[in-house]
Amino acid sequence: MAPLVPDIIGNEFNFVVALFVGIAFGYILEQAGFSSTKKLVGLFYGYDFTVLRVFFTAGITAMIGVVLFSHFGLLDISLIYINPTFLWSAIVGGAIMGAGFIIGGFCPGTSVCAASIGKLDGLAFVFGSMIGILIFAELFPVFEPLYMAKAMGPVRIDVFFGLSPVSWAFILTAIAIIAFYGTTWVEYRVRNKQMKFSRTTLNRTYLVSAIPFVLILLAAIFPSRNERIHKMVADKKEQGKCVFKEISSDKLADELVNNYYKINLIDVRTKEEFEKDHLPLAINIPLDEFLDRKYEDYFKQKHKTNIFYSNDSITHKEACLTARFVGKSNNLILRETADAFKHIILQAQAPDLNAGKEIYEEYLFRSEAARKLSELQTAFENLNKPVTKEVKKASGGCS
Amino acid sequence: MKSRKYMNPYLAGFLLGLTLLGTIYITGRGLGASGAMKSVVIEGVNTIAPQHAENTQYYAHYAAEHPNGPMRSWLVIEVLGVIIGAFFSGVISDRVGWKLEKGPRATNTMRVIGAIVGGTLFGLGSQFGRGCTSGSALSGMGVMSFGGIITMMAIFGVAYMLAFFFRRLWMR
Repeated sequence: MAPLVPDIIGNEFNFVVALFVGIAFGYILEQAGFSSTKKLVGLFYGYDFTVLRVFFTAGITAMIGVVLFSHFGLLDISLIYINPTFLWSAIVGGAIMGAGFIIGGFCPGTSVCAASIGKLDGLAFVFGSMIGILIFAELFPVFEPLYMAKAMGPVRIDVFFGLSPVSWAFILTAIAIIAFYGTTWVEYRVRNKQMKFSRTTLNRTYLVSAIPFVLILLAAIFPSRNERIHKMVADKKEQGKCVFKEISSDKLADELVNNYYKINLIDVRTKEEFEKDHLPLAINIPLDEFLDRKYEDYFKQKHKTNIFYSNDSITHKEACLTARFVGKSNNLILRETADAFKHIILQAQAPDLNAGKEIYEEYLFRSEAARKLSELQTAFENLNKPVTKEVKKASGGCS
Repeated sequence: MKSRKYMNPYLAGFLLGLTLLGTIYITGRGLGASGAMKSVVIEGVNTIAPQHAENTQYYAHYAAEHPNGPMRSWLVIEVLGVIIGAFFSGVISDRVGWKLEKGPRATNTMRVIGAIVGGTLFGLGSQFGRGCTSGSALSGMGVMSFGGIITMMAIFGVAYMLAFFFRRLWMR
């Protein structure tokens, strides 16, 4: 699951990505006409709405992509950098930038583009921007109270308004499309031109306007990855005919003693229950957290067998089913409960002297296994904790 | 030779959006511009007045947060890319050349001073906004950041409000 940095793409290679991203960014801005100050300020005098079109189209394209990717489990939205909100600072900063925009005719990104193709005004703007940043740095103690005021954290706007990401995407896209039609109308009025379009142009416009809504609709109609997995688990449970591969307590004890390195013994009870008491060598992945990204590796690997247990068969059957839908690992469940395992193996009682040879041998095996397990447990104290993948939130922003 | 026409704005926006989406998908972060300028400013201060940088809390704090130095930053590399990409685009569309672009009534001095003053304001504002039009407004919109969208509305809202007073710079 994305983002790919730092797990799949290293932090060093990320700089190479940065270069290519920048080239694409600069190329597109320049091709769109953003290196021309007159084209940029046209937005504010109603004669050229290029900026609004490019900017809004880019914003909703990226937003719809982010919403779709995260909905279908391709991108973990909790890991990407969300610009933190400091309300007053955001408003005051935006207002100052607005003034800078209308007076200077650029914004930092576009001024760099303009300077790159030899526009002297772009170069002057870049120079000015650096002075502005220097002023901020030098006078920081004066600005600090405002800069830090009303910290709201990295809050998303959909969360702020209590909407789903899909609803917000729909609203913003609708605003954008209305703005596109409205500004085109204004532009024609300002330029005193007749609004006359051919049938094909109109049809094409309507078709293109519909595409973003269709994409958002996909996310609205189709269930998300987690919903899908939950639903598949629920369906299977309802049908009640799923077959589980089971392992008996004796077999498990034998496997643990001889092949512990081939097994993940997974306790699916809650953390509290696990911490109170658990089977030797077990790790804890609570059922509620099965879809968490940090445990994904356990269900996607094929080298070790996962054996699930809890204190009631319903819980570990559900765990086994869920695991089956997350990945392709080999999953077993313990036939008995955790308590039963303890009773059978760890607290094996010596049989009557009259008991048969087989029963006595069984006892010998169990008590020997219990002894070895307690040895292994001490040796592998650290295995108690699942080796969770370190999931790092992306850093970003302009500071 | 006449320079070529600009790209269709919706197509350009779509491609820009894909670039931003790809960036978020790969790196988990958005685009930016003012952050790179900040790196240059801080590197400059560190070089020219190392004593001052050491004794000022703001620079010391920045240095602690960026142990590899201000220039070893994702945004600096990205903006180097922007320069290359924009220049390349200018070359193939035949738009490269020294030029001072201004409104029909504005003088050269007016335009240069306007650009410097506007840039200064933008640079200052970008620090309060924790990013500029790219880092805060555009990327913020992509990841649905509340603060980013507020900043975006403030930028464009205020620019519209002030447009009337600065029309001499741009209009006939």
